[in-house]
Parts: sequence; C-alpha cells; structure tokens
Amino acid sequence: MIDWAWIGRNLDQIADRTWQHITLTLVSVTLGILVSISLTIVILRWRRSYGPITIAAGILYTIPSLALFAALIPLVGLNATNAIIALTSYTILILVRNFVAGIDGVPAATVEAADGMGYTRSARFWRMEVPLALPVIIAGIRIATVTTVGLVTVSVVLGLGGYGFFIYRGFQARQMTQTLVGLLLSIVLATILDLIFLGLQRWLTPWAREPRR
Amino acid sequence: MVLTVHRGDRLADTPMIKLEEVTKVFPGATRPAVEDLSLEVGEGEFVTLVGPSGCGKTTTLKMINRIIEPTSGRIEIGGKDALAVEPHILRRSIGYVIQQIGLFPHRTVAENMATVPRLLDWDEARITQRVNELVDLVGLEEEMLARYPAELSGGQQQRVGVARALAADPPVLLMDEPFGAVDPIVRGRLQEEFLDLHERLGKTVVFVTHDIDEALLLGTRVAILNIGGILEQYDAPEAILAEPVNAFVEDFLGGERGLKRLALRTVSEADLSPGPVVSVDSTVDEARATMSEHEVDWFGLLDADGMLLGWVPENALDGTPLAELETRPFALSLSPHSSLRQAIDAVVTSHARVAVVVDEGRYLGMVDLEGIAEEITE
Amino acid sequence: MIWDQVVAFLQDPTTWSGPNSIPVRLWQHVWISVAATVIAVIVAFPLALWLGHRRRGADIAGAVVNIGRAVPSFGILVLTVMILLELGVSVLSPWPVLVALVALAAPPVFTNTIAGMQGVSRSTVEAGRGMGLTEGQLVTGVEVPLASPVMVEGLRIALVQVIATATLGALVAWGGLGRFIVDGFSQQNQGKVLVGALLVALLAIVAEVGLTLVGRATVPRGVR
Repeated sequence: MIDWAWIGRNLDQIADRTWQHITLTLVSVTLGILVSISLTIVILRWRRSYGPITIAAGILYTIPSLALFAALIPLVGLNATNAIIALTSYTILILVRNFVAGIDGVPAATVEAADGMGYTRSARFWRMEVPLALPVIIAGIRIATVTTVGLVTVSVVLGLGGYGFFIYRGFQARQMTQTLVGLLLSIVLATILDLIFLGLQRWLTPWAREPRR
Repeated sequence: MVLTVHRGDRLADTPMIKLEEVTKVFPGATRPAVEDLSLEVGEGEFVTLVGPSGCGKTTTLKMINRIIEPTSGRIEIGGKDALAVEPHILRRSIGYVIQQIGLFPHRTVAENMATVPRLLDWDEARITQRVNELVDLVGLEEEMLARYPAELSGGQQQRVGVARALAADPPVLLMDEPFGAVDPIVRGRLQEEFLDLHERLGKTVVFVTHDIDEALLLGTRVAILNIGGILEQYDAPEAILAEPVNAFVEDFLGGERGLKRLALRTVSEADLSPGPVVSVDSTVDEARATMSEHEVDWFGLLDADGMLLGWVPENALDGTPLAELETRPFALSLSPHSSLRQAIDAVVTSHARVAVVVDEGRYLGMVDLEGIAEEITE
Repeated sequence: MIWDQVVAFLQDPTTWSGPNSIPVRLWQHVWISVAATVIAVIVAFPLALWLGHRRRGADIAGAVVNIGRAVPSFGILVLTVMILLELGVSVLSPWPVLVALVALAAPPVFTNTIAGMQGVSRSTVEAGRGMGLTEGQLVTGVEVPLASPVMVEGLRIALVQVIATATLGALVAWGGLGRFIVDGFSQQNQGKVLVGALLVALLAIVAEVGLTLVGRATVPRGVR
C-alpha cells in the first residue's frame, strides 16, 4: 500500500509543505485572535452587538471553504492572501464565542470582590477576568487551530494546500501513498498543535490543576 | 396487572410493607450499604427513616419500589412478593416523591399529574375528574393546571409532585427528603399540610429524612438507622425520646431531648388558667380587682363575643369606660395546636411571664411556667 | 470583466437546462447531502440514543469530537474515493462521495445525541422511572423530547458539514454545485466560479437557518 521509497525521495517537498501548512495555520489563527479580541472588547462594551457579530461570523463560517476561496479570487487573486483571509474568517466565530463565554464565565462574586478591593476597571479586566477566563479562551484557540489545519488542505485549489497538496496529487496520480501521507501528516500536525496549546493552558493556569490525590 | 390491595385481601395484622433480611451491596463496594435489614410497616402508618449519611435510608426506600434492586432478602408489599412483579408494574401502585421533585418540564401541571392514570389506561373523564380532585387536595388553584413547572415556585412544584404521586390512589407512598429543597418557612407549612393529608387519606407512608426533628414530628414510628443499614431503634417518637436504646441513638437525637419531647405535645394538653382578663362591658373597678387578684399591673380585654382584643397597662385606667380604651397587642400568642416547647418560649419571652392561648381569635386562657411544669412532670 | 462572464454564464441556456445546468447540479448536491445525513442518522442515532439513556459513552463522544476535528474532511473524501476506486468503483459514481459524507456526518449526530440525552436531568428521569414508566416510555416520552434541541443542533452541524464537503466532491470528479467552481477554474471563467461559489454559500446558509428554526421549534413548550 504505502510506497516508502516515495517518501524517501520527496522529503524536501514534504518539508516545504510542512512549512507552508504551519505558516498558513498560525498566521490565520493569530490574525483571527487579534480580530476576535477587538470584537470581544466591543461586545463587552455593547452587549447588543453580540447578536449581529455572531450572526455575521456565523454566515462566514457556514460558507464552504471552497466557495469562500473562490469568491475571494476577484478581490485578491489566487494567492496566500486569499487563503489567509478566508481561513481567518473561519476562526472568528469560534474565537469570539469562546472569548465572550470565558469572560462571562468568571464568577460574579470574584469580580465583585475585586471591585470591592479597589481594582480599577481595566486592572480588574486584565489581571483578574482574563486570567480566569483563560481555560475557555485557550480551548477556543485550540478548536480554531485544529479546524484551520483541516481547512488549509482545501487551499490546494489556490495553488497552496500544505499537506492538501499531497492529498490532491495522490488522487490525480492515483497514488495512494501521497494521499495517505498528506492525510496522516495533517492529523499529526493538528494533534501536535492541540497538545501544545493544551500544555500552554495547563502552564498558564496552575490554579486549575486537580489537587494531588 | 397492578398490585391492588383491598382491606379484605389479607389478615388484619399482615404488614403493608415487609422487609426481611434485605441486603444491598453496590458493585465495587467493600461493605454493604444495607445489611440484613428487617422492618415492617403497618397499614396507614407513617414511618420515617432517619440516620446519618451512609446509613442506607435512601437505598432502603428505593429498594421498596425497586429503583435499586436488593442483592438479597425478601420484600413484600400488601402481602405479595414485590420481587416477583415487573418493576414498572409495581411502581404504578406506589407513589414516589423525591427531593428534586423531577416534574416533567415539557408537560403541564395537569399532564404531570395524569401520568400514572394514563399509564393505567384510565378514561379521559376519570382522569380529568381526578386531576381536579388532586388540585384541591394539595392546596393549589385550578388555574395552575395549565401552567408549566418552570412557572411555579419550589413549594408549588413540590405540591404538584405529591399530587402526581397520589394520582392513581396508591396504597403506599414513598418519599425521599421531599421537603429538603424548599426554604424553612415553606417546609414547615408543607409538613403541617402533609400531616393533615395523611390523617385524611390514611395512606401508608415511608419517609426518608436526615433531619431528626422532622422525623420525630411527622412519624407515627421512627426508624433510626446506623451506617450499613443497621436498625438501632424503631418505635414511636415519644418512646424513643423517653428511652433511647443506646449511645448512638442518644447522640443522634441530639441534645435537649426534654425540649424535643415537649415539641411533640401540645398546649391543648395543659391546664389553662383564666388569667387577669375582663370583657369590655365590665367596670373599671372589676378590672382593678382582677389585677390585684393576680398581682399584676396589667389586664387583658375581651370583646362581647370572647375575642381577645389585647392588653392594657394599669396606668391607662383613668375612668374611661373599658370599651373605649386603647389596647396593645400581645407580642406572642399560642394556639391549641402549639407545642409545649413553643409555649415555654412564649412564656419566657413575655414581659409578664405568661402566654395567651387563642383559638382563631377566641380567648381560651393563659399558661405560665408553673402550668407547663405540672404537665411535664405528670 | 468578471461581471461580463457572470452575465454570459447566466444567459447561456445550458446553464439552466441540460446535464451541466444549475438545477441538475443543485439537485445532485441536495440529494447527496440529505441522503448522507439521513444515513448517518440511521447509523449513529440508535447507538447514541442507547448510550445516552444508559448514561455511558460521554468519553467516547468527547473523543469522537476531537478526532473529528483533527481529521481534514478533504482528506477523508479523497481517501474514500481512492479506496473505492481501487476496489473497482467508477470514478464518476457518487457512491464514494456518499460514503465519505456519511463518515463525516455521523460524528456530530452521534456526539450531540449523547450530549442531549445526558443533559436531561437525572431526577426527572428517576421520577419517571419511579412512577412506573418503562425504559422505552422514558426514552420516547421524556428524554427525547427534552433532548431534541441539542439533537437537532447535531443534525444541523452534520448537514452543513456535508454540504461543504460535497462541494469538494467536484475535485474528485463528482458533480454537485462545486462543479461550477472547479470547471470555472480550469476554463479561466471567473464568472462561473463566482456564481458557483454564491450558489453553494446560499445552499449552506439556507440549510443552517432552516435547521436552526427547526431546532427552535422542537424546544418543548414549558421549557422555552
């Protein structure tokens, strides 16, 4: 089934595509985080905007990736910018929902106690609410990242694709090895990134650790 | 086929519920939750199961309707083997009320109440009639029948829970801390009303609680269980309080057992004295006479029908006819149903060291510490 | 430029009738999406219902969700097609795509059904059991009605996922609305690509909105 020799011959291709996949993923997620932070701050100020913002983000999220890549072509062409804009859009719904849920999830009693002790509003937000919201926030980032890894494969239609390149080339050349390699590496990358963020979450929130039995 | 029980079916002294060496070991547990428990409940009895956490009282209750299946032992209900019937058939003839109530949120109050009758295939007319009866029985208003559980308060929900359990008129009612989830004031009312209901309906009730006071108040017999389902004492509340059988029971009853016993007796058992009280058509001199007779500086005033109006201090007497005097209300008044314990509390709190007893406004008499003490030492 | 292409495409009669027309492609896309979702429900629902009722399988459901996210749907689609090609199925047949779509639709249905069932309050179920409802009556009369919003949500997630991946079916020689996008690419016809993209987006949004409304309607009265 698997032609190991092919893998051996194409290691540098695999490395290139790995780099491509990672950069597309991380750039999109990072941009997504930045946009979502801004949107979250707006929502926390004006609750009413939560509805419209989630609806708009939801519409973007529902649009199939191939369609979104295609629709952006007249606007930005067939390039990485196209892919990144689309991939970023997909992260926004997940991130905004999780960011807001995380902040909302901080117990009201804790917030009140902070106020009572004399924290300013901004200090309370950054030093109290955000840290306590981190588990949910990072959970959102993990989900967004893993989802993006999957979507990057579709950008093969734009000439990119990361591991999606192998998936598709395998089909065109009727070569199972390439497809399998593309698929498995995709899964591996998603899992590695997921675990990294999980580790980050654990490291940043020592207070949330289960007590030693 | 439902487990129906008729008066003529069995010998008069066959217990309604009989547990014979019932044991329950949960999978993976090192010790039994309930070990060799034998217990009998007679028809119409109100038995409260009480004990510390881990004593198996809830497990025992749930074995009666086989929500939990016993590991070994025999359970008889109405003289018939409970383990020989299909569980869901058995349960349709046993009422079951739990602490979290568990009303179906997607069904109206009426539909919730009609659940078991529907399972038993009653016809619509009979169901409607029964539901209307139930609403009155548990003290709710008819218009609540169309509402959904989410629209009701905790106390109202629990009443619906009780009504739902009584819907098919089961001979046995199982209750697992049913009043635990409501606030103390509502709980007190529910307890009183349920006692009333029990008197009227005569059902056999098994009631689990962790609150010894509630157990003593409600039960005609109280079963005190120790960890592992060990039955330490099973007797009428008075008897347990008077003679706890061992140190465990003593401890569990808690301190101030004497006062607890007083909580079980009512003012109506005590002798009331008439007290320094005159009616509005008496003269001012008669008022003075009664005050000096009782050696107090105040007197109570009744209207022409014997209803208590309040009290008047001596220095308010200036010749004005009694009918026109301003009366002050008594801070606390007792009813004939009040317990002796409440009576002591009222007497001790009152400035004059007496407490008035009033039955829906009508003055009955006064108690003082002496009167209560006499009653206790009898 | 692109606008002219769009207009030309829309004015072309073959766009509206014939094997390559919008109605035909739309129909292919819709039937395969619906079929895949229905089959996924038939496969996943009974097991999830049973697990959820017995209050087991929360871990499996969680694992299924995580795995589902880490596996790219494009990869599954291509892999399934290639395996079936190896087994002799024609590349033009819709069956490989259908099989892949069922595999993608099953996880959300599975997970949400378990989650919905386990979300029903234990005391409500126990009270029902204590009153003498059989296990079956509990499931149909109590648990499913109360769990239905979450279960319909699972259906919604599945259907939208399936519509999106069916679009990619055009890349593996199948039809559907994705065909316009892929053909447009190879024909350098940006207008066609755009129209295809819009049609797909619209279909997905209609499905999402439609099932959201259905979900809202299934919330039992009394729980709203």
